[in-house]
Amino acid sequence: MKKVSLEINGKKVTKEIPEHTTLSTLLRDILNLTGTHIGCDTSQCGACVVHVDGKSIKSCTALALELDGSKVTTIEGLATNGKMHPMQEAFKKLHGLQCGFCTPGMVMSAVDLLKNKKNPSDTEIRDWLEGNICRCTGYQNIVAAVKEAASKM
Amino acid sequence: MASLVGSRVERKEDKRFLTGKGRYTADINLANQTYAVFIRSPHARAKIKKIDTSKALKSSGVVDILTGEHIATDKIGGLIAGWAIRSEDGSEMKCPANPPLAKDSVNFVGDPVAVVFAESLDEAKAAAELVKIDYKVLKAVTSLADTMNSEAIHDGIDKNLCYDWLLGDRQKVKDAFDKADKIIKLDITNNRLIPNAMEPRACVIDYNTASEEITCYTTSQNPHLSRLIMSAFGGVAPENKLRVVAPDVGGGFGSKINLYNEEIVCSWAAKKIERPIKWVAERTESFLTDTHGRDHITHAELAVTNDGKFLGFKNETIANLGAYARVFGTVTPTYLFGPCATGVYVMPAAYSNVKAVYTNTAPVDAYRGAGRPEATYTIERIVDKAAIELGMDPIEIRMKNFPTEFPFKQTLVHQIDSGDYVAGLNKAKEMSDYDGFAARKKDSESRGKLRGIGVTTYFEACGIAPSPVVMMLGCGVGLWESAEVRFNPTGQVTVYTGSHSHGQSHQTTFAQITADELGVPIENIDIVHGDTDKGTFGMGTYGSRSLTVGGIAIVNACKKIVAKGKRIAAKMLEASEDDVEFKDGEYVVAKSNKKKTIGEVAFASYLPGVRDEVKSPLPEGDEPGLIESSFFDPANFSFPAGSHIAEVEVDPETGNVRLDKYTAVDDFGTIVNPTIVEGQVHGGLAQGIGQALTENAEYDESGQLITASYMDYTMPRADNFPEFNLGFTCTKATTNPLGVKGCGEAGAIAAPPTVMNAVINALGGREIQMPATAEKVWKACQQNKKSNSEAA
Repeated sequence: MKKVSLEINGKKVTKEIPEHTTLSTLLRDILNLTGTHIGCDTSQCGACVVHVDGKSIKSCTALALELDGSKVTTIEGLATNGKMHPMQEAFKKLHGLQCGFCTPGMVMSAVDLLKNKKNPSDTEIRDWLEGNICRCTGYQNIVAAVKEAASKM
Repeated sequence: MASLVGSRVERKEDKRFLTGKGRYTADINLANQTYAVFIRSPHARAKIKKIDTSKALKSSGVVDILTGEHIATDKIGGLIAGWAIRSEDGSEMKCPANPPLAKDSVNFVGDPVAVVFAESLDEAKAAAELVKIDYKVLKAVTSLADTMNSEAIHDGIDKNLCYDWLLGDRQKVKDAFDKADKIIKLDITNNRLIPNAMEPRACVIDYNTASEEITCYTTSQNPHLSRLIMSAFGGVAPENKLRVVAPDVGGGFGSKINLYNEEIVCSWAAKKIERPIKWVAERTESFLTDTHGRDHITHAELAVTNDGKFLGFKNETIANLGAYARVFGTVTPTYLFGPCATGVYVMPAAYSNVKAVYTNTAPVDAYRGAGRPEATYTIERIVDKAAIELGMDPIEIRMKNFPTEFPFKQTLVHQIDSGDYVAGLNKAKEMSDYDGFAARKKDSESRGKLRGIGVTTYFEACGIAPSPVVMMLGCGVGLWESAEVRFNPTGQVTVYTGSHSHGQSHQTTFAQITADELGVPIENIDIVHGDTDKGTFGMGTYGSRSLTVGGIAIVNACKKIVAKGKRIAAKMLEASEDDVEFKDGEYVVAKSNKKKTIGEVAFASYLPGVRDEVKSPLPEGDEPGLIESSFFDPANFSFPAGSHIAEVEVDPETGNVRLDKYTAVDDFGTIVNPTIVEGQVHGGLAQGIGQALTENAEYDESGQLITASYMDYTMPRADNFPEFNLGFTCTKATTNPLGVKGCGEAGAIAAPPTVMNAVINALGGREIQMPATAEKVWKACQQNKKSNSEAA
């Protein structure tokens, strides 16, 4: 067991964890932040995407200890004072989600895209989201939602 | 009050999903829970000689290890086939036993053999490594084409044949073929798919030692059915001591219809070890053990006249059931497939003959569309081939064979109540700029690319229901749906439905129809589903049946509420019931300004005594309260239909296929929420296009699934698709009061032949099988080059 200290959604957290604990396990099983989902075991599906120091990463393949001292934002930390982030609003408005399982990772990934590119084209959005699999939506309304959010941010 | 049916209401369920507050099974943790890890067969076919758990039992944190021996001793039953199908010769189908944990033999890679329960997941995994199992490995049966000539997998099932089924009239077909100018022949495979709901299967079990009740939280599309099977066939607990809860479920697509081994085993074991149990599948476990879809080999023949009229159709199919027959396993390749194989056409004679066989692969069951994609692929591919051989335009040959009058008695089973196939195809033709294709093709060619266009017209039979019909065809249960509508005394409405949403948006759609029926603001309506302790028994969601069956049960229950409310209102308003009209949530006395809102009436219904000026509001014979239920069993399936047109651009140097344009025009009757319906079409298209271009579940000769991760199984990603161009036509269903038809499966049904017809068109008519991977397409381009140079 080793001690890890992180700032998660603005709160300082210190925990004793087994060394092999992934960030997703820390979030889900230890901190009960179950909005981050696990959809695969090969770092392919993207349901587990969170932000570490502002950048999107797949939390299922990041060791929590290696991120000691980092700032982590999960889907639970995206809204401010109960008001959803423009990306969340856009997903709701344009039906960018159905079963909701891939959604947290998809939203976190899309938010990071807009940090890198203010007004991405359809092709750029589809290319960026290549690491997030959605089985419900056919991606069309997700792409529309990202564009909508870009226009609002 | 404006009607909500037809409007783009934003989804009520979205906020929790978007803020990370969804509650999926794997999010549930119970105090004192143990963690289950299943030990699965690494072999496709083997006898179990010996299981030694002694070392593993001593491993750190282990609570217990249970095997097939234990489960047999406790007489826990196994998994079942839900439909009994008879062979052409009248004999019953043959099904092997499918125990929850294998005791004597294993029949596919992933078949569970034992289970470890431990204090932590890590400890359970470590102990699982220490369980020693001796297998006698046998030669696996994996080739669908050779299965009937292979050694029998299951005792007493000759040729591995479950049934040899016929629908239609062989003699009539022979007579039709004798009169034909031309016989078009086609051999196709319908590739095996893995549904891949993004949420892996999971279950969390609680056992209450005081009440002896088991609660099973699970990833199910139909919790009531799971409880029924677990109780009636599994013998895990009587139904009244078993609660099944399917909370938020992350997609199903058919793969979560079945009750699975893990739910039975963990429910049984929780009582045995008197501890809660949590099991969550890893993705590879999902690949190995979720039910798969499709997997047919078909030889089809179409008899035509020289001017393109269809005379007769033969469909000879071998369908893979995998190792065991599951709930919809036996009906998917028969009644969900055979009748639809003649497509949207007037077909004077036809038959479908299906041989369903067992192989040493994962069980095959319903996957989005279930049987109808396979049927549509068969007919729409052969119709295109007929157009090529007769030198006709693919739209022209279709138009020539459409029925023009409805109801239309389709050749093999269905009486289609409504439709307008001509209007749909004309609209798709226009929206896709079909006439501009030649110019676009020229443009592609100027860049060294090939361009192809593909057309499909489809109908499907969904809203799977009419109980008398399905039970006559072999279904073990009725397929009605239930609803209960409860008006609370203070005016909110809670609707309990037997349908289950795992992405379909019931919380919104069902609230829209309830709001319209009762005149209550949508904010005051809650939809409750997914818990056998809440609401009446229901049949669940699959086969695009939620709205057409479950939704109508809600409408009917609402109508009962309105009727009872009217009796009460009349009494309260001291008017004759005939003079009271209900509109927009108010009971109004004709030619007066006297009225009561439905909320006031609901409140009064709970206060049947004298209160102020109101003498008891309850008419004689009425009981207090405003709660009504309905079980709806429609008179027929619903028959959505449509026309889809795709264009692909092929790079002959790399074989890469780029889907450039996709137009879908569908007729779903009345549309309750256009945004949600469009979303259903998009999702279905993505899965259908995935089947055509990228997805394929592949077993090697020894029965190892070599596409058991997202590194190997090519899931469609965002950059695989263009923006879909959707259009709608509307002929209302005549078999339900809303005029609605199912919309969930259409895309997955229509897209595979649409895309493949386009790819084959680009390849100058050279046929290839799905998926049209770069390798196959490149080879076809090389063959074309070779034959072109030979011709020159």
